[in-house]
Amino acid sequence: MTFLTQVLNGLQLGSIYALVALGYTMVYGIILLLNFAHGDIIMVGAYISWVAMASLGLHPAIAVVLSIGGCALLGVLIDKVAYAPLRNAPRLSILITAIGVSYFLENGAQLVFGADAKVVPAFVDAPNIVVGDAHVSVIAVITIVVTAVSTAVLTFLVQRTKLGRAMRAVSEDMGAARLMGINVNTTISFTFAVGSALAGIGAILYSMAYAQATPTMGIMLGTKAFVAAVLGGIGSIPGAVIGGLLVGFAEVLVSAIGLSVWKDAVVFALLIIVLIVRPTGILGRTMNEKV
Amino acid sequence: MANEKSTNVAGARPEGATATRARRTLSTPARYVINTILVVAFLVIGDLMVSGGAISRYQGFVLQQVGIYIIMAVSLNIATGYLGQLPLGHAGFMSIGGYSCAIFIIRVSEAIGVTSQDFINGTPVCGLLFVVGVVFGGLCAALSGLVIGIPALRLKGDYLAIITLGFAEIIRVVMLNIDTVVGFELTGGAKGLIGIPPYTSFLNVFAVVAISLFLIHTMMKSRHGRAILAIRDNEIAAEATGVNTTYYKTFAFVVSAFFAGVAGALYAGCIGVMAPARFGFMKSIEILVMVVLGGMGSMLGSVVSATVLTILPEALRAFADYRMIAYAVVLILTMIFRPQGLMGRYDFSLGNVIEHLMNGELPWARKKADKEADANA
Amino acid sequence: MAHTISRRDFLRLSGASCAAALAPSILAGCARPKVDENVIKVGVMGPYSGEVAQYGLAVRSGVELFVKQLNAAGGINGKRIELDIQDEKGDATEAVNVYYKMMEDGVVAIIGDVTSTPSIAVAQASLRDNMPLVSGSATAPDLIKYGHNTFRTCITDPFQGRVMADFAAKQGYKVVGTIYNSGGDYEVGVNDAFVRRAQEKGIQISRQEGYAAGDVDFKAQLTSIIATKPDAILSPNYYQDDGKIVTQARELGFKGAFLGADGWANIVGGEQEYASAADLEGCFYDSSFVSANDAANVQDFIRAFNDEFHEQPTNFCALGYDAAMIMFDAIRRVEEGGARPSETEAYRAGIIDAIATGHVEGVTGAISFEGTGDPVKSTLIITFENGVEKIFDTISS
Repeated sequence: MTFLTQVLNGLQLGSIYALVALGYTMVYGIILLLNFAHGDIIMVGAYISWVAMASLGLHPAIAVVLSIGGCALLGVLIDKVAYAPLRNAPRLSILITAIGVSYFLENGAQLVFGADAKVVPAFVDAPNIVVGDAHVSVIAVITIVVTAVSTAVLTFLVQRTKLGRAMRAVSEDMGAARLMGINVNTTISFTFAVGSALAGIGAILYSMAYAQATPTMGIMLGTKAFVAAVLGGIGSIPGAVIGGLLVGFAEVLVSAIGLSVWKDAVVFALLIIVLIVRPTGILGRTMNEKV
Repeated sequence: MANEKSTNVAGARPEGATATRARRTLSTPARYVINTILVVAFLVIGDLMVSGGAISRYQGFVLQQVGIYIIMAVSLNIATGYLGQLPLGHAGFMSIGGYSCAIFIIRVSEAIGVTSQDFINGTPVCGLLFVVGVVFGGLCAALSGLVIGIPALRLKGDYLAIITLGFAEIIRVVMLNIDTVVGFELTGGAKGLIGIPPYTSFLNVFAVVAISLFLIHTMMKSRHGRAILAIRDNEIAAEATGVNTTYYKTFAFVVSAFFAGVAGALYAGCIGVMAPARFGFMKSIEILVMVVLGGMGSMLGSVVSATVLTILPEALRAFADYRMIAYAVVLILTMIFRPQGLMGRYDFSLGNVIEHLMNGELPWARKKADKEADANA
Repeated sequence: MAHTISRRDFLRLSGASCAAALAPSILAGCARPKVDENVIKVGVMGPYSGEVAQYGLAVRSGVELFVKQLNAAGGINGKRIELDIQDEKGDATEAVNVYYKMMEDGVVAIIGDVTSTPSIAVAQASLRDNMPLVSGSATAPDLIKYGHNTFRTCITDPFQGRVMADFAAKQGYKVVGTIYNSGGDYEVGVNDAFVRRAQEKGIQISRQEGYAAGDVDFKAQLTSIIATKPDAILSPNYYQDDGKIVTQARELGFKGAFLGADGWANIVGGEQEYASAADLEGCFYDSSFVSANDAANVQDFIRAFNDEFHEQPTNFCALGYDAAMIMFDAIRRVEEGGARPSETEAYRAGIIDAIATGHVEGVTGAISFEGTGDPVKSTLIITFENGVEKIFDTISS
């Protein structure tokens, strides 16, 4: 039974990583930016849930809507204020700006909410399902299902809708897309909104599973999800999911065999090995350099 | 200082302005002599001020950190500004340098019976230990730079950033858990390495800073430096002209790691404790910010921004709650309004300034001359 | 290129900013500290921002409360107490910076630091100056090995590990698993001491699982531990992690006991409840302070703290209060002996001697030092009933 429980643990952890990795992948795919602030958007989402439920006493459903909406809005705002003025600047400048935004959100949250963790109330009151010896947590099941549905919706959005086609066109060649009559700025804003909404969903699932919001919670989660996105091939939606699950399972496997102190080292070693064998990640496209 | 040719105003300005008489120049030995005298004067005056009490122990201590971060920023600038790559694991090299130097000095001084007090008094054997320890720290970091650089430099851009970040995190986890593997106390694990003798002082830190800056400057002026710059500007073109790009990329990376290790070695002696948690991803970012803010490819920029960013938090103690937010806002605004960093690629050369003075090319005079040239054109 | 500022302007600007940054520190250097004979200046350092700020702020509030009461009662020897409070962000480098700054500001003694690694860095730096140092909360054993000038008012990691191992043996636990933050010196210290003592007592340690600082998902480790069917799980971490560990273990079906150290204090009873009442049944931890303690001085402290800050004091607040009590008790005796703060060296040496021979009835128990910087004091085993803390047992040193 221990084995099955561990598989479930891996799936739950992997699903959260995958959901966050999807946000990284979408933003990278369109403006080639490693959005360091992505993990912090999740942090803001968790605090929104806390304020809505613990301070204002709102219904959990309203908290969910507020968190997702708030994150989407924040994502667009960050893009407009901090990234949009730098569209033509060197890549590194935008990266530093992203770091600045991340610092700003973390320290701002600490100033407003304090360093101590806030306990986010339960969204659903669900007892465990007990199957023989094994306890299956309902939250784990919800996490896995929500991630699967989100991925499916996202894939549909990107592959089958007009906006999705515009996103793919901008990601392929921004200049050419503009010449074809695509409103590049709207498309980028839309991408940020979708990516950040995913972060909002991630924030809800995270708060459900771990029930605490801290100003620095986004750092670790963001770094792991970022590794997951690169591992799967950054810019690729199925890649992000595969990467997320891979990181989740790797962590659980290492812990299960009793080497939990080496867990983070193994995750990064996995990343390094994959990148050396396949320099653009598992499902990443190889790009030929122009002379 | 490697870029002064391309950005030097004197070189770029119309020839007509001074063509009427032969330009007086400063010979290379003369430049060296002037710079050496100034550096020695700086060290001696600084040391006298520290021992005389004109610089308090608090200020002297902060200045030591300034020196350490200058080396960190300038060494990262080799990989970022000159080679054009983006490593995010510089703190990893710093921790390797710090740990190896500290362990070396602790073990050796135990073996030969040198005490903490001897380091404070500065006996000759301690001086020797310091030199050997710092070089040893640098070499250990350089070795790890080689091991990491060979696979990492096969990748480009963001992927290189991520892989170096990964290596730095692995270094951190190894430092934390190595004791259980080797079976005896080496790094001290989570509680950190403590009881490191205070082997740094204002004088030896800034002597190391001066030597490091000199070595990096001359390297960048040499054939090797030009090869590194060629790779930054266009890797494919550099390869086509016969530059061994793999060799030079690894070389620059290893040199960068070496000096980070030297800075780490100084850091260990300065603070007296090493804890792995301090050398995470955020430390690497902190140093990257120094380099980018100063202007990538500008040694002067790195020096200035390392100085300002080390002193600023101390100067802003009174505004403790808001200082990190202010830092974040400054970072974002600088990048939006000056994406190339404060100094861009400009570098300062005292020799050139003196040359300008010798030729009577004063800033205001130059402005006039430029205007005339514009009018003529 | 329209927005590029000319290089000369830029140099001027950056030169000016450099000068602006340097000026305060230079000016500070010129102004030599004036010794005011009617004021006793004591430094207080700790992390008041950054990841461990909550502990620093709690210790600081305890110290501030004590000094407020002391000044209200007329100070010491007619002299007012002035605190020089400085933030070190939980970083060893900043802590040493703060130490030198306080030296320059002319403090006669320092209450601090809060967490272990910065405290050790300060202890090393202070050795040369014979600066009296009392930490309320740095638990690493190495803290006091550098010099006779360093003291603490809390119990150490190894002591707590041994107390909990003895307790486990007394409770009759046969198999115990442990889960601890492998990146934290406190967690590792308690865990190692517990494991050593427990094995001596014949308890089987079925599994030791580490996790990294910042981890939130402990299910993989807990599943492995629970598979060994332990009677109890040791979780010697800070309350935020402990809350998650307890909740997740209960979710995985673990019904046995949890053992913890004083990092658990504040898991309930503060502003936030980090685990549910049902999940906390059968959890035990050791701490020197708990609000449920009926002793008169403890209840007085809680009332005064509530009046001052409008919140419940935590373990860290109480430790800060006691650190201040030890420090000012010593200073009072030095003052009564006729020492003058202007003769700083002798004054500081006097304080160190006075602390070493001091004895106070603190809110975390009676504290005295017997030849080392470690306090001789009792500790409490605390358990939970319907989500409320209550004293289970008292362990004397």
